[in-house]
Amino acid sequence: MENNKHINSTLEFLGNKFLSVKYNFNSVLDYLTDIVSYLKLISRNLFTIKFEFNEFLKQCYQIGNKSVGLISLTGIIMGLVLTIQSRPPLVSFGAVTMLPGMVAVSLIREMGPVITALICSGKIGSSMGAELGSMRVTEQIDAMEVSNVNPIRFLIVPRVLAATIMIPLLIIYADVIGIFGSWLGTNIKDDVSFKLFINQAFASVDFMDLMPAIIKSFFFGAVIGLVGCYKGFYAGRGTESVGLASNSAVVTASLLVIIVDLVAVQITDLL
Amino acid sequence: MKDTTTKNLIEIKNLKVSFGDNHVLKDVSLELKEGENLVVLGKSGTGKSVLIKCIVRLLKFDGGTINVGGIELEKISYLDLIKVRKQIGFLFQGAALYDSMTVKENLQFPLKKLEEKFTQEEIDKKIIDALENVSLPDVMNKMPSELSGGMKKRIGLARTLIVNPNILLYDEPTTGLDPITSEEISNLINETKNKYKTTSIIITHDIKCVKIVADRIVMLKEGLIYKVGTLSEFENDDDSYIKSFFN
Repeated sequence: MENNKHINSTLEFLGNKFLSVKYNFNSVLDYLTDIVSYLKLISRNLFTIKFEFNEFLKQCYQIGNKSVGLISLTGIIMGLVLTIQSRPPLVSFGAVTMLPGMVAVSLIREMGPVITALICSGKIGSSMGAELGSMRVTEQIDAMEVSNVNPIRFLIVPRVLAATIMIPLLIIYADVIGIFGSWLGTNIKDDVSFKLFINQAFASVDFMDLMPAIIKSFFFGAVIGLVGCYKGFYAGRGTESVGLASNSAVVTASLLVIIVDLVAVQITDLL
Repeated sequence: MKDTTTKNLIEIKNLKVSFGDNHVLKDVSLELKEGENLVVLGKSGTGKSVLIKCIVRLLKFDGGTINVGGIELEKISYLDLIKVRKQIGFLFQGAALYDSMTVKENLQFPLKKLEEKFTQEEIDKKIIDALENVSLPDVMNKMPSELSGGMKKRIGLARTLIVNPNILLYDEPTTGLDPITSEEISNLINETKNKYKTTSIIITHDIKCVKIVADRIVMLKEGLIYKVGTLSEFENDDDSYIKSFFN
């Protein structure tokens, strides 16, 4: 009797576990189906003669120009910190002349793209998630549809394209500012002219440092734009959804940036 | 009831809409006659807004048919959907003004997206006329955040009317407004009907608004039609559920 009861409760536990796993699996499948149809909708509206060029320019301005201050500050701090942290071990090995080259390679290959993309995930991803989310909640997206305006074409395509183009430019800008920051950092302890610093820095940088970094920057931009817009566009109906969309956009975009970086590093390593 | 109508502009038969296990509309059939103001009345959550969102295909329905101006919405093509939406203006509950645009930009937005192209002069004239029609000629350069709730509703109506729809769908036009502004909006609905010869469905639970605008009333209860009739028929009904609205 006691044994049967025990077997029944174990079977019930296993049954519930199975149902919960099945439910989660179905949810993941639904989520993936949503993402595939979202990407299909964007690609269908990407190559069209009715491209919203003015909206695209407006978004380029929003993403690019309005992020310059933040990226400048981040870039200069990146260069300074990297230089100040790297100097003591290089001094102990008597290799302090390698400092500009080492900082330039680190900034261009990894630090510049990844840190700038993470900052952009926070600033641009969250703003897209919140803006589109609040447009969904206040029925502005529905109003567009009723006016026969395709919201994917008007809202999402320009934002995704603008992010794909402007984020690589911001990353290149952050690299340049970072190298300038590094020169400032070097001059705290040493006295190095800017020309000499730049010559030493770029003597160590070659094509294979630059190209993969630029290529992965476009992927970072696309990921941030796609995720920010997806989270906002498909936000729920309540006001709470706006916060959730914004938060989820930042977390997902940041995570995907790191995953894309990992894949890019593996591919670059094979070349 | 002013029965000046003969033709049905919208015909809905056995409409069913569910969200998961929640059956919002179970079996709704109604028709909208040309030139009438049809009020859809009911408690919150009875599927009033869902009903009009199905008419413009903002929501898909699970069963039944909707016919708008001779076009069946069940398996509608994208081009036919554009034709249907061109006939219909939709005033959203919160007016749904684009908050990154000025009032002028809000009004010119639907005009610029039409296939028919207008010159900037024509657009400006249409905007001035639309704003005068809703008695707000001086707010052209304001942002939606600078407007009161009633003003937003008026601008929302102006944006809806600027493309000359012949059917208007109002989603709770007086919700959240003070009694005086509610009455002004209700009167504006009637003025719009008389001036532009529009046909309207008005979703509301504001009885004062119902009394001003209704030619015919459809009452929904738990996803089904509870009663269809004129205002006087509803006012003289002894049913306790109906009385709870009209008293």
